[in-house]
Formats: sequence, structure tokens, C-alpha cells
Amino acid sequence: MERKQDIILHGIPASPGIIIGNAYVFAKQAPRVEDKSIAAADVQQELDRLQHAVGRSEKELQKVLQLTEQKVGSQKAKIFEAQIMILSDVVLFGSIRKRIQQELKSAEYAVHREISKYQQVMMNSSDEYMRERAHDVEDVKNRIIRNIQQEKLISRFDTSSIVVSEILTPADTILFSRNEVLAYATDMGGITSHAALLSRSLNIPSVVGLKEITKLVQTGDLIVVDGYTGNVVINPSEEMIARCNERKQEHEQFDTRLKDIRHLNAQTQDGKIVNLTCNIEFSEEALNVHAQGSNGIGLYRTEGLFLRTENYPSEEEQFAEYKLVVEKATPHKVVMRALDIGGDKVVSSSANEENPFLGWRGIRVLLDMPEVFLTQLRAMLRASAFGPVWIMLPMISGVKEIRRAKEYLETAKQELRNKNVPFDENIKIGAMIEVPSAAVIAGEIAQEVDFLSIGTNDLIQYLLAVDRGNEVVSSLYQEFHPAVIKTIRYIIIEAHRAGKPVSMCGEMAGDPIAILLLLGLGLDEFSMIPYILPEVKKIIRSVSFAEAEEIAHKVMEMKTEDDIKDFLRVNLHSMVPELLLE
Amino acid sequence: MIEKEVTIKNRAGLHTRPAAALVKLAAQFQSEFFIYKEGLEINGKSIIGVMTLAAEQGSQLLLKFDGPDEEQAVTAIVGLFERGFDEV
Repeated sequence: MERKQDIILHGIPASPGIIIGNAYVFAKQAPRVEDKSIAAADVQQELDRLQHAVGRSEKELQKVLQLTEQKVGSQKAKIFEAQIMILSDVVLFGSIRKRIQQELKSAEYAVHREISKYQQVMMNSSDEYMRERAHDVEDVKNRIIRNIQQEKLISRFDTSSIVVSEILTPADTILFSRNEVLAYATDMGGITSHAALLSRSLNIPSVVGLKEITKLVQTGDLIVVDGYTGNVVINPSEEMIARCNERKQEHEQFDTRLKDIRHLNAQTQDGKIVNLTCNIEFSEEALNVHAQGSNGIGLYRTEGLFLRTENYPSEEEQFAEYKLVVEKATPHKVVMRALDIGGDKVVSSSANEENPFLGWRGIRVLLDMPEVFLTQLRAMLRASAFGPVWIMLPMISGVKEIRRAKEYLETAKQELRNKNVPFDENIKIGAMIEVPSAAVIAGEIAQEVDFLSIGTNDLIQYLLAVDRGNEVVSSLYQEFHPAVIKTIRYIIIEAHRAGKPVSMCGEMAGDPIAILLLLGLGLDEFSMIPYILPEVKKIIRSVSFAEAEEIAHKVMEMKTEDDIKDFLRVNLHSMVPELLLE
Repeated sequence: MIEKEVTIKNRAGLHTRPAAALVKLAAQFQSEFFIYKEGLEINGKSIIGVMTLAAEQGSQLLLKFDGPDEEQAVTAIVGLFERGFDEV
């Protein structure tokens, strides 16, 4: 029976690159444990098996811990530290050994029973963090059992492979990176899942959220993974392979040519220079600042740290992370956005809001929780001693919030002065313009701060009354809606009137079709995901500012998003014919 | 046998770092040391046990000490709780 060719699956592109290779389907099954009894005479042997398995498990975890610390960072490594501690738990292993000796149970059964007890309690917790820890406990349990059963944990690859899996835990991805992994393709996961983040840090192409790839692929199958589009092709035909190889070559040549302009400015043909900066979420991504020839970090989302740890991180923990980022980016700036999360993530007892999007989040939470705000401000200030830091306030809706925030900043500064801790006295502070009220009074707000940053992701949702996550209306979310463009133009004009620069950190700033328009409207800085940066720089270097202004003028007269999009697309292709991404 | 009630003082609660510190401290004493929270009994010398407690700031725990050096154990361990595990 002929296997169907060119089966295309659509997932979420998580890490760029195109790879054609053989799949290795990594099926993580929990080891089967039977309630086996052992003979009294075999007790010692069983205890020995247990001992050896624990020793091997510890060695493995130490290796994973080391690799994680080296490649990824000590924050993520903490999970493995906790697992290693469990391996030395005297009480736990006392009970396990008792089961072996007194109840004559097999080592793997005793391990399974004893650790599952704790796992169960954690799973039943109302605390989300504790439930996630149950997985870590399960992981260490399975590791010990596997070692008792002496199965090889990670297979050796005969040839380099594409790892296909339902989900990849941090331990898996780290260990895999030791082998010849060409790419990852997983059923689950979003753009911020472990698999996605780690594959980006390790520069391995990946696609996540494919939903059923593990059901459709077998080890040995030839597949194509396209980390640019998020497509995976199973059993590609010869034509498909040829096409993919072509695209792969184009990208590689493109990347080489882009590397040439890496050290050049984002300067138009008639001499206007704009800033291109990176949006990042994790300190590991900061290496992109120099790698992609950027002018720094235009948006450093600090929530990642808060959502990853058990409770919100201490000033020391935050300072360590921020310092890392600043040191990697310097001499370029890092714009750090103060914690922008829903209140329920900070205070677990806070009620479930009916409409969190219009509720207690962003600057509102910070002003209501001065301890949290001051701790973060102090950590940011301390980091500013190591390189330029700009502080950005999220979800600003009016002048009052900015003034209160600045009072807290002054308090934080004074606290540090009192302790003789160095920081940048002239640290800049800015406001995100994402709430429509802030857009309307952009001029007044610009007078209170050093810079503005347009957060189009939320601004567009609020302006058009569309929830992007709501599948029924999500198509109404339109970057090129005339009202959105007029609002952006207004913000820029008002900010410039007050003598302040404007950046954009929403997705629109990295959308190739939007670049010429934004350039023509006078945007000073474009902040985007790092790997789009070279392409955007190419666009800007290919045109004149005069042309961009003309384009913007014409767009201002158009009445529908379709007209605007078509117009921009046509112009983009004619002015910059060598583009690959869209 | 000595019983003492303690309250979790530090903001982050009994997370991995203080749990490890507590268990390490308890190991230095011969006396048995148990922690009770809402009906759950945990051996205070077991790291996985203490991790399972997930005690957050403000929660109250009952500590029980039993053994030849229970007085010293109480001083040391209750002291650790009172200092908020040397965290904020």
C-alpha cells in the first residue's frame, strides 16, 4: 500500500530553520511497575539494585543540571537541583527500603508507591505551582525506576534525527542537545513552551503545537520541518524536497547577506536613521542584541521570572536576572517593562475577575502592591549600574498613574542611596501606550515621561473591541484598520511635539508590510522578535524616507484595511524585491 | 516531647530553599521532628515531605519534637521559622 505523500501539518513556528531528515519518535511512557513480590533471600540484591539506580540517577541529573546552567541559565536549573535533593532524602528512602525488607516488595514497586504518595498530595493542591512540582516529582520517580529496570534513558542516534514527541520537558531537550538533533516537532506547546524556548536558545529549528504528529509519524519516516512557517511535511515527494531545499538555500543565502548589513545602521537611502531593537522575555535571548546587529532591547518582559518561580522572586533573584540581560546588551540599552500581569498571579486569593482584560492588571496591580513594585524598581535600578536601563510602565491610562509611579521610583532610589548602592541617577522612565485613553492624551503623557512605546497588540484589541483569543471575532483584529493607523499617527505627532521619542513594541513593528508605513509616520524605534530584525533593516535600507512619507500620506486617505494592506504589499514588493518573509 | 506552633513569616513561604535549609538543620539533631499542617503529618527531616507542605506566608504549622536533644532542636528550628528563614 502506497503511503500518501506530502502530508502537511500546521503548527506554531517556534525556532527558525528548514530541516529535511528522519524522524525519531520519542515516546515517553511511564515505566510499567508491577506489584511483584520478592523472595526473602533476594532482599539484599534488591537493596543493591536500588542503591545503584539512585547513584546513576544522581549522575544523570548532575549532568543535566550542569548542561542547563551552562546553556540556559541557573533559573531553569533549579528544577533539577530540587530533584537531586530528593535523591538524598533519608526519610523517603528509609521507607522505601523498609518496604523492600519487611513487605518483600520489588525495588521499583517500593519506589513507585512511596513517591506517588507525595505526588498525589501535590497533584491535589489548589496551588498551580505545587501541581507543576508534582510533575518534577514524577520525573525523578520515573528516572529511578527506569534505572532500576536498566533501560537506556536516551537512545543513541545512528544518524542525525528530527526528534518528534508529544511534549518535551527541559530535561529531555537538554540531554537531546548532546546528540545530533536536527530539529524538534511536538504535539503540544506554544511559543513560550519549554521546547520552543530551549530550541531557540540552542539554535535548533522547531515547530510546536502540531497536535497529532506523534500519531502520524514513525521513527525512520522522512519529514520536513519548517521553523519559519510552522509547517511539517510527512513523506515529502521529490518535488517537495527540491522546493524545500531551494527555500532552505534562499534562507541561508539571505541570512549570509543579512549578516553583511548586521553592523550597519537602519538608515534610509536619504539618510534617516531609526532604531531597531529586540523584544525578549528570557535572559538567554539577550545574546541576540549583538548577534542581530540591533540597537538594544526595546522590550524586556519581566513577567517570565514571576511566572516561573514558586512565589514572586526576591530583589536578589530579579537583580541577578536583570544584570545578566544588561551585561549582555551593553553598551546598548535595555527597556525593562515593569511587571505586567493580572493581579491573580500576584495574590493568589484575589477573586476570579469576569473581565480581566479590563480589570486588575498592569500598573494598577503595581500601584496597589507597593512592596512588589518597589522590589522590582530597586532590582532594575541596581542593574542600571551595569549598563543603560530604561524603565517602562505598563497599561498606563492617565497622568495620575505616572506621577504615582515616579514617586515610587524616587522612593526606591532613596532606599538605595541610603545603602550606598550604585545606580543610574538619570535612569529613563517611559509609558506604554496601549490603553486608548492614553493614546488620546498622548501629548500630556509625553510631557510626564522620557519616552513612549506603542503596544499595538493590546491597543488594537481595545480600540476595535476585539479579543484576539476569541476565535469567533479574532479575524476582526486588524493592524491596518484606518482608526488604528490614525491613532498611531496621532501618538507619534503628539510625542514629537513634546520632544519625546516613540517606539513600537507590538507585533506590528516586526510586520514587514507595516514597516514603510510606520517609517513614513515618523516612528523612531521598531522593537521586534530578534530574528526578524535583519529583514526589517534591509527594508529600511532599501527605501528613502521621502518615499515612506508619501506612502503614509496615501494610506491616510484610504478607507478600508483591505485597500491599505494591498497598497502596502504592492509597494513593499516593488521597492524591496528581495524579501523572503511575509 | 515538645510541641510548638509557628507561623510562616517570609513572603515566599516554605519553598525549596527554606525547605532545604530546614531539613538540613533538623538532620543535625537526634530528636524526631514532625510538622503538622491541616491534618497532614510530615517528617521534618524529609525534603520531599517538606516540599509537599507548600506552606505559604501566614500559614500556621504545629511542630513536634521528641528525643534527647529536643530542647536544642526547638531553639534552633523555631528560631529559623521566626527569622523567616532569613528571607524577607
